[in-house]
Amino acid sequence: MKKLLREFSKGIFIENPTFRLALGLCPTLAVSTSVINGFGMGVAATFVLLGSNIIVSAIRNFIPTKIRIPCFIVIIATFVTIVELMMKAYFPALSKSLGIFVPLIVVNCIVLGRAEAFASKHGISRSIFDAIGMGVGFTLALVLISAIRESLGNGTLLGLVIVRGFDPAILFILAPGALLVIGLLIGIVNYLTEK
Amino acid sequence: MNNLTVSPAPHITSGQTTQKIMFKVVLALLPAGLAGIYIFGLSSLRVILISIVSCVMSEAIFLKLRKRDPKAVLDGSALLTGLLLAYNLPPEIPFWLLVVGGCVSIVIGKQLFGGLGHNIFNPALVGRVFLHISWPLYMTTWKNPRWAVDAVSTATPLANEGARGFTYMDLFLGNHGGCIGEVCIAALLIGAAFLIFTKIISWHIPVSFMGTAMFLAWIFGGDGFFNGDFIFHLLAGGLVLGAFFMATDYVTRPLTKMGKIIFGIGCGVLTAVIRLNGSYPEGVSYAILFMNAMVPLIDRYTKTRKYGFVK
Repeated sequence: MKKLLREFSKGIFIENPTFRLALGLCPTLAVSTSVINGFGMGVAATFVLLGSNIIVSAIRNFIPTKIRIPCFIVIIATFVTIVELMMKAYFPALSKSLGIFVPLIVVNCIVLGRAEAFASKHGISRSIFDAIGMGVGFTLALVLISAIRESLGNGTLLGLVIVRGFDPAILFILAPGALLVIGLLIGIVNYLTEK
Repeated sequence: MNNLTVSPAPHITSGQTTQKIMFKVVLALLPAGLAGIYIFGLSSLRVILISIVSCVMSEAIFLKLRKRDPKAVLDGSALLTGLLLAYNLPPEIPFWLLVVGGCVSIVIGKQLFGGLGHNIFNPALVGRVFLHISWPLYMTTWKNPRWAVDAVSTATPLANEGARGFTYMDLFLGNHGGCIGEVCIAALLIGAAFLIFTKIISWHIPVSFMGTAMFLAWIFGGDGFFNGDFIFHLLAGGLVLGAFFMATDYVTRPLTKMGKIIFGIGCGVLTAVIRLNGSYPEGVSYAILFMNAMVPLIDRYTKTRKYGFVK
């Protein structure tokens, strides 16, 4: 049990996919303009990660090594399709604002990376905890980045105005702001872990 | 730094120190600042002072946080950054914007990269571009010279070409709206001459930069080909300020003569492209920042061959 918990907790800080492994930066840059978008993206990726990790680890002994990547992609694409259709049915607004980045979870480096580096080498229970840990880490990182960007760049948090009369710095909503915030946060996390 | 021992051969010391160079550049910038204060009134002095104070304070605080010698703030580089930042801002800019700009220039533009000598981008331009993207409204609210009839707000000549006839003399002396330090070309040229005369900067970057921008403005700036008003494009906007004082920043320019010329041509091309085809009326700061990012590449390909070195 302790081992499983370690698989879970490593994804949140020590091996945080965004800040430590620097994986999945493209969706992070693109969707972290508001907290709702960031959270939605995080949850969607977590679901895909969980599903693909379970299936990949369950059939890992049957997948031929040479064509493992196409097999992973097919499995991942299945779950992404589920997420996409669910989101369109129940959260149409979120689905609209995330746009192309939901289907693009298929080629998300975190999902593919965990399938390749972890699920195809470990048992199902450890893979489940790894997926949840990585997913939660990714979601937390996205929420943190998007909270900073939304509050500084739009003056709101979860769509609510924080301070009246605050002139937001539009830069933070645009791409350079995303790069700045991610860079600074990676720097801070590195500083904290080096201690 | 005192414990470093240098190699045996006899060395000639030039007497140049960072501090001396920085203060010479500040001195060279003074005429343009005085002209800006004369043209736009005391609000320009306010901008210059607040910008310098905020840059120097940020530098001092951040040096302390990084556990570096706080005396390094006296090398004058933060002072110069503050001055250049103020020269790139409109005279009526709000107080808090200046404080933010100074902090961004020093902290993000310089200290986070490792301090003086390690910054990839010109710190003052980082601050200016940050402000320009974030608060475009404040950054493009210009003011007429204080003796003009409608002294409230106006467009720069570049943004409003031909709307009111500017003579070349108006542009040369700074009798129009614009950033504090860029309007008076005459004062800038005095400072530039001083810098070139004292060998602080060489002619390569300014000449290739302004030459390329003018050449392209001549070809593509007019209605047909080869009839653009290139003198207007030289005198309006921040081309002279950028070419002499910001593209030549010691840290963010290439090292060799060939590299400097390539750097200048690149800046000129980008400036002309942004001015003539971009959505912004002025592109000097973006051009210089973009070419700053290219400097390692330029340096790599224009390395001087070692004597007798065979590949």
